[in-house]
Amino acid sequence: MDPSALPDALSLASATSRGVGVLVAGDNVTRLLEGLWTSLSIAGLALLIGVPLGVILGALRITRNPIVRGVLRVYLEFFRIIPTLVVLFLAYYILPAEFNVQVSGPTVAVVAFGLWVSAETSDTVRGGLVSVPDHQIDAGKALGMNDVQLLWHVRLPQSINLMIPATINLATRVIKTTSLLLLISVIDVVTVGQQIMEANRMTHPDAAFWVYGFIFLLYFIVCWPLARLAQTLEKRAKERNNG
Amino acid sequence: MDDPTTANLHAADPDSVLLSVRHLKKAYGEHTVLSDVSFDVPKGKVVVLLGPSGSGKSTLIRCLNGLESIQGGEIVFGGVPVDTSSEKEWRRLRTSIGMVFQSYDLFPNLTVADNIRLAPLKVQKRPKAEVERQMDALLGDVRLSQYKDALPRELSGGQKQRIAIVRALAMNPRLMLFDEVTASLDPEMVREVLELMLRLARRHMTMIVVTHEMEFARRVADTVMFLDEGRILERGSAHDFFTSPATDRAKGFLESMAPVSDE
Amino acid sequence: MNWTIVAHSLPLFARAFIVTLRLSAISVVLATVLGLALALFREYRIPVLSQASTAVEEVFRNTPLLIQLFFLYYGFPSIGIKLTASFCAVFGMSVLGAAYMSGAFQGGFGGIPRIQIESARALGLSTPQMIRYVTLPQGLARSVPAIAANAIFIVKETSVFTVIAIPELTNTARDLIGMYYHTNEYLFELVVSYAIILIPMSVVLTLLERRVRRGSFRTS
Repeated sequence: MDPSALPDALSLASATSRGVGVLVAGDNVTRLLEGLWTSLSIAGLALLIGVPLGVILGALRITRNPIVRGVLRVYLEFFRIIPTLVVLFLAYYILPAEFNVQVSGPTVAVVAFGLWVSAETSDTVRGGLVSVPDHQIDAGKALGMNDVQLLWHVRLPQSINLMIPATINLATRVIKTTSLLLLISVIDVVTVGQQIMEANRMTHPDAAFWVYGFIFLLYFIVCWPLARLAQTLEKRAKERNNG
Repeated sequence: MDDPTTANLHAADPDSVLLSVRHLKKAYGEHTVLSDVSFDVPKGKVVVLLGPSGSGKSTLIRCLNGLESIQGGEIVFGGVPVDTSSEKEWRRLRTSIGMVFQSYDLFPNLTVADNIRLAPLKVQKRPKAEVERQMDALLGDVRLSQYKDALPRELSGGQKQRIAIVRALAMNPRLMLFDEVTASLDPEMVREVLELMLRLARRHMTMIVVTHEMEFARRVADTVMFLDEGRILERGSAHDFFTSPATDRAKGFLESMAPVSDE
Repeated sequence: MNWTIVAHSLPLFARAFIVTLRLSAISVVLATVLGLALALFREYRIPVLSQASTAVEEVFRNTPLLIQLFFLYYGFPSIGIKLTASFCAVFGMSVLGAAYMSGAFQGGFGGIPRIQIESARALGLSTPQMIRYVTLPQGLARSVPAIAANAIFIVKETSVFTVIAIPELTNTARDLIGMYYHTNEYLFELVVSYAIILIPMSVVLTLLERRVRRGSFRTS
């Protein structure tokens, strides 16, 4: 009998109670957490590469050289316009073809996400750097500072408290985007979930509801505290800037 | 030398010229802000710039350390012509020209001590021990030693401005520029800042001062220059300017600045 | 790049282009309307509804669209509730979009200077009058750039619909690559298709941001 054909209260209740069993059966939870760890480490590596690169690019975006500024603006706009999923496919298909090497799925993901992170970070950093009031820059110049000293001693310290919350928000976006990894054959938390459902298809036809629900919850547990932290820091930064 | 504020000050020949400006022109596109401005600042003397708002006083003072580009004219500093188009040259010169602004321009993220130390250590790359000694002497001189580790936001406006002056002095500048430094202060704070500036003047610091404080201008100025619509309309001793201004514009200006009588 | 292959697949991409455009448009409209409702519930602290708004925002902003879609499309049928792919796509995207749109509106309302509210009070305006003549028009005008930015986000996010087999742009490109392996050509068409939709939107966004920064928004 197909349980999805005609759900009455009884069959629904019994079906759901069976489905939840899949989660606790065997080492399924451990396997899902391992999958999540894969996703999170890819996100972490992408941020580790992308954020420092983005800081450099962001600093370059306030130079006087219009060509440098233009090129970096186009770089940013490319990532703003092309969906991250498409960027992922571009890296997945183009990296191996161009460099003629086998590139693993996680490597593709780290490269694609890393470049995306660097583009977004460059805009955050640029925005922070130009938010420092002109008279502060004048004060630095009047003390004989060169551009690098102005950046390091005046602009960065006065805008970093605006950049940090934005970067944490970006981190949650990257983490959420790791859910797309299954599309380039990385064994992430979603793939593990699908394997579990597949293995239990006969005994637990309603596993999908519970497994996807559980993954949904996992992502929320990771992202929500980060989002709250970013919110708190942002509020504090604004208060300090106004005071 | 005992007095920290006049260290490195060359007061030997009081009549020799420290800064010389000839035919300076400044424009934003079509709009001319300064046209054909020429003057000399002798070593150890105080020049006060007066004029209605929009007359170009602040712009002029900002041109003198390269914060504004100029469209014509020459600037000679310490006998050496300045390549006014070279940012690099200006950067070198700015360590010899201290500037204090209207807005509190202390770096809000740094303590008082770090604000003062920053340029001597990082820009001038002087030895730490020497900078510390000088800083302590300067802070003692303005009686703000107890705020050494405070952040700017813990200071009153007047205290902030005095620290800003100390920060500029810590570079051992040969010339000090003051751009309406009391304009955004509460009245009771104005006095402590002006008194510090008077002390500097008595110690023969060469200064160019833009101000709206007429009584202070009269006391501190060796020379007064009256700017109007981007030109120097009058120049002379403080006494002459305040008692018998030559032009109607200057007369009108002085009347407008006179304190309102209660009667 | 083989232009014959590009030409051959053009009709398929054109059809997918329409699908992406249609689903994006529906989602943007629904997300904006729903987002405004969520924002108003929170702005005027309407009991229960304002808490519900907060919950929707937190849950949908902090979970991936892909999981939301899988949950709707595969999870619900497994307990007996069948939903069509298009419904799941539009529903998921609209609620997710609304969670962000609400933030855009709240930012707009929050950006109104206090003095405006105080002036309205000083003039003796009643609360509904103040909302009608001061808060709403100014808040909406201030929200426009963030709404445009969210609209761009929604269009890009529709690429995720591919996972529930909606024949939009990304799905079409994936299918074609899977069948014929002409990766370069199909990826090129995919990128160009998104650029055609998103470059004009991005230009409009930049102009809107500039206008708001110059403060020349007319609020009436």
